[in-house]
Order: sequence, then C-alpha cells, then structure tokens
Amino acid sequence: MAERRETLSGLEVKPVYRPQDAQVDHDRDLGEPGAYPYTRGIHPRMYRDRLWTMRQFAGFGTARETNERFHYLLRQGQTGLSTAFDMPTLMGYDSDDAHSLGEVGREGVAVDSLRDMERLFEGIPLGEVSTSMTINGPAIILFAMYLAVAERQGVSWSQVRGTLQADILKEYIAQKEWIFPPEPSMRLIVDMMEFATREVPQWNTISISGYHIREAGSTAVQELAFTLADGFAYVEAGMARGLEVDAFAPRLSFFFNAHIDFFEEIAKYRAARRIWSRRMREKYGAKNPRSWMMRFHTQTAGCSLTAQQPEVNIIRTAYEAMAGVLGGTQSLHTNSMDEVLSLPTEKAVTIALRTQQVLAHETGVADTVDPLAGSYFIEELTNRMEAAAEEYFRRIDELGGVLAGIENGFFQREIADAAYRYQLEVDRKERLIVGVNSFVEPDEEPIPTLRINPALEETQVKAVQAVRAERDQAAVDRALEAVRQAAASDTNLMPPILDAVRAYATEGEIVRTMRTVFGSYREAAVF
Amino acid sequence: MTETSDAEATRPIRVLVGKPGLDGHDRGAKVVARALRDAGMEVIYTGLHQTPEEIVEAALQEDVDVVGLSILSGAHNTLVPRVLELLRQQGMEDVRVMVGGIVPEEDAAELRRLGVVAVFGPGTETEEIVRFTRSCARGA
Repeated sequence: MAERRETLSGLEVKPVYRPQDAQVDHDRDLGEPGAYPYTRGIHPRMYRDRLWTMRQFAGFGTARETNERFHYLLRQGQTGLSTAFDMPTLMGYDSDDAHSLGEVGREGVAVDSLRDMERLFEGIPLGEVSTSMTINGPAIILFAMYLAVAERQGVSWSQVRGTLQADILKEYIAQKEWIFPPEPSMRLIVDMMEFATREVPQWNTISISGYHIREAGSTAVQELAFTLADGFAYVEAGMARGLEVDAFAPRLSFFFNAHIDFFEEIAKYRAARRIWSRRMREKYGAKNPRSWMMRFHTQTAGCSLTAQQPEVNIIRTAYEAMAGVLGGTQSLHTNSMDEVLSLPTEKAVTIALRTQQVLAHETGVADTVDPLAGSYFIEELTNRMEAAAEEYFRRIDELGGVLAGIENGFFQREIADAAYRYQLEVDRKERLIVGVNSFVEPDEEPIPTLRINPALEETQVKAVQAVRAERDQAAVDRALEAVRQAAASDTNLMPPILDAVRAYATEGEIVRTMRTVFGSYREAAVF
Repeated sequence: MTETSDAEATRPIRVLVGKPGLDGHDRGAKVVARALRDAGMEVIYTGLHQTPEEIVEAALQEDVDVVGLSILSGAHNTLVPRVLELLRQQGMEDVRVMVGGIVPEEDAAELRRLGVVAVFGPGTETEEIVRFTRSCARGA
C-alpha cells in the first residue's frame, strides 16, 4: 500500500488530525442544527423528531407489475414511493414506437398515457403518500398525468406531495437522457416551477441531482460542485422569469450519491448544506430560512457494487447508507445486492429495506444530531470539500455558466477523465475492490435474478393502441394543437399539457408536438 | 502479398464503439474507447441513442475491424442480433462484434452463439479488453 492515502476524490488523508487542522468558527461555520448555515442539519433535533423517509426506487414491466411492487413495499413498512420509468418513457417515445423495440418495461415501468398512470397508482391514495418520480426530459407530461390521477381520485392538488427529478442540466452533463435542446428544456422546468408554486404548493419541483454525475464517474468534489452549480442555475432561471426567490426556492430539493468513501461522503453532505445556505442568503438575497435549507435524498452508489460475489454488495450498501444518515439525509434508497446484474428481486429489495430499518432502529446512529461534528478530520474535510467546490464555481463562471460549460463539453470531459483515472487505479490494483481485483473467488455460485417477461412489451403495445382507438380523437387533436401554440409562444405549458393528458393524448404524441417547435439535441461526444 | 495488403497489415486496428438503444449510461463505453485509443487503436465513438442501422452504417463508412456495443438497458437480446443481421446484409461478416454491459450469462451465451466474439461484464479490466480486441482483430 502506498504511503500517501487519498479519498476516492484524490484528497490527501493524513494519518492523524489535530485541533489546528480543523479551522472552524462554531457560529460562522457550523451553527446550531436547524439554523444557518445548516452545516449540522436542517432540523434542530433531526431524526429524534422524524426519521428519514425510506424510499425504494421501483418500477418495471407494465403499470400493473409496478403497482403490485408499490403495494408490497408499503406493506413492508416503506414510507414513500419512488417511481422508475422505462427508457422509452424517459426519452419521450410511446411503447409502440420503433425506438422502443426491446426496451419496454425493462429498466422501469412503461407509461404511455393517463390510463397507465391511473393503473400505476390504483389503490394508493395520493393525498396520503408522497411520490418521487425519476423523470427528466418529459417531466412536465408525467407531472400533468400525476395531477390528473389526483383529480380522478378526488384529491385536491394542495394535498399532493412528491418530487419530480426534472433536473435536465445533469442529463446533458451525465445521465444523457434528454429530449429537447437545453434552452427549451430550461423553459419547461421554469413553467413547472411557476405552475407548482401557485397550484401544487407541497410539490418539490426539481430534485437537483448529483447522483447520476457520480455514477457517470465523477469524484465526490465534482458531484458536489456540479450539482450545486446546477442548483444555482435553476435559481437564476426562476428569478429571470420574474419569480421571487423565496416563492420557489423552498421547493427545490437535492439528490446525492452515497459512495463507499465513508468520511468523504459525510463531509460532502455537510459542505453542500453550508454552501447552499450561504449562497442563497448572500448571493440571491433569499430571506425565508426554508430557501436556505438544503433538503436532500440519498441513494447508495450503484457504481460501487460488483457483479462478483454480489452478496458482498449488502455490506457496501450498509456502510454507504450509514454515511448518508450521518450526513443528515431526508430520505434514502438503499440499492439491492443484485442491481449490478438486473432489476432487483423482491428478496433483494427486502434486504435493502431491512438494512435501513436496522440502521434506524438498532444502531443508534439516529439518536443524536450530526454526531461527527467537531471531529478534527470531518471538519477539516468539510472545509476542503467546500473550498474545492468554490474553485469549480470559479471555473464554471469563467466559462460563462453551466449551459456554456455543457456546450463546450467541460463537465463531460472532467467526468470522463475522473472515470478513466479511477479505472486505471483499479486495473493497477492501486485501489482494491473485493471480489474484482482482490479476494477473487474462482467458482462463484450465481444468485437468482429478476427476469422481465418479454411478452409484457406486446401487452403494453396493445394497451397503448387500444387507448388511441377508444378516445375522442378530435379532442386529442385540439388539445395537441393548443400544446403546439403554447410551445411556440411564451405562455405556460402546464395547462394545455394537463388538457392533453386528460384527453388521453399519449406521451409520445405530446413530445412529438413539442419537438416540432423545440427541435432535438445531439451532443458532441468526448472520451 | 500485394502492396495493399502490406499496408493493411500495418495499419492500426480500427474500432467502432457504439451505444445502441436508449440508455444513456456511457461511462463504460467511454472508458473502453479511451483504453483502446491509448493502446494505439483508432477508435470511433458513435455517441448515444443510436439505432442498429446507424451503427452499421458508421461501421461501414469507417471501415472498422471491430464493433464494440455497450448496452446497459436490458435490450441486448433485441439490439445485438439486429446489428449482426445488418452487418451480414452489408457483407461485413468479417467485422468482429464484442458486447459490454449488463448481460445475464444465459443471454451472453446466446449472443455468442449468434456470432458475438466476447461479452464483457462489470469488473472487466480494460487491459483484458485491449488484449482481446488486438487478438481478435489480428485473427480477422
């Protein structure tokens, strides 16, 4: 082992930390929990008052299969829902589109029209659960469908709680599931923010996501810096629309990765809260403390899991989950051991949920707020993460902001470089990964994995065609024309999209209509 | 041996790295593309969201020896056979096709039976992919 030790992000770690390493002014840099700058957490008593929400991401097959999984998870004690959509839904294609061939229901649930959304939430009272939806490019359409389901259940929009991921900037930066070019995509997001602020006040309009940036290969520092830079870009876009910062900022939330480098992750969450609150107050002039508070969801790192000896992933996930909790997360998804092989089996997802329950009820980590505060190492590392992020903000500003950085490939290059560097370290055994480049077992027993029935694709294709055959086509045509006109003008797109989904226009039809105005996007790939 | 084939024997191995289908997981594709390039090969990366038709067209235009397909969406059983079929239609049976991504072993066996020369799963060392690419392209 090399004498120099580094975090996963390449920050040096000394053998011993002492008081002089941790330069913190308590009132300025930490403050009380639940008070500015929120380094220690956003609530005064954190998990003593309310545990984090255990929210397992789920979705596969048709709405029927996923609805069954939702009911199963709620029976097992899960406290919120999180919906995974399939690739065609994420990319704005109907299940019978040529682009969807072979992809329907494989990585998430297939949703083509309001009919699917009704089935997806059948028997689930939308006034009582909170639902997170991982949907980005077409978020405005799926949000409209969700609100239409609430209407049909007789639930007032003011009671509806949940989160849209809707973070398009990180799509261009990392996850690469976009539909329209960046500028109209930003407009759709601001349309949703404006609408939700008025009509759906408990809805979190954007979950600004570092998770995918990290999974694409970034370091923890890059995840922190790029995610916050995206957050600031949304704040600036909202303010440019003329919205009061305090009218929408309290509904912005975040989503971070919990990777395997335990202390670095904890420092990352603490630094994130401090940076956000300082900027929101000092730079953007927010006055409502809720605008200063960074609330976030955490998911353990899929990219830290190994296909080799998959049961060992349970242990990795448990450490990562603990980092998320010690970092003060508001909700948590723990990955299942088999997610590197397929979507999780019921057994695997149950163990993942139990991992959180053990953490919450047996380990005692939830009993006191920010228990690592005052650790010389943690405070020093929190400071260093903050300083490294500030350095990135300077570089992004020099480039002309986030959109300019995307266009010139800055983020994509930084991430690709970090991913390659990491892979070389693993290949050279400078980083040991149990089961992959060390402690290898030559003859492993495979574990059972979930298989998606290929016949579901045909079922879904027939279902969307049946919806098209049964609906009032003239009403659909009128609604789509209204969407087109709104897209071409600067009126808010939410109301006409709501009308279109109520008339059972499909997602693909609405996307195609908007594409005639907005065009499409292709990145210059760098590697 | 003619002059042409001499020149061909010494030209760098040309590899097309393709991302068929809709998934945007390009970390692996880019790491592999870069490792092959650093090993002295000429690498063309198609970028994301390509149809099998677009990939085969690019392989033809770029006159590649090897096509590497990266798929993490579970659509490999549909997309890979389609690429193999289109290559055959173009008379490009000599182009070697490798697959990387999340492919269950039983599916991998079927893809190999259909003509894929290798399926690389998570945790594969880049050096192994480089070695394999070199040997299969030379063997072509």
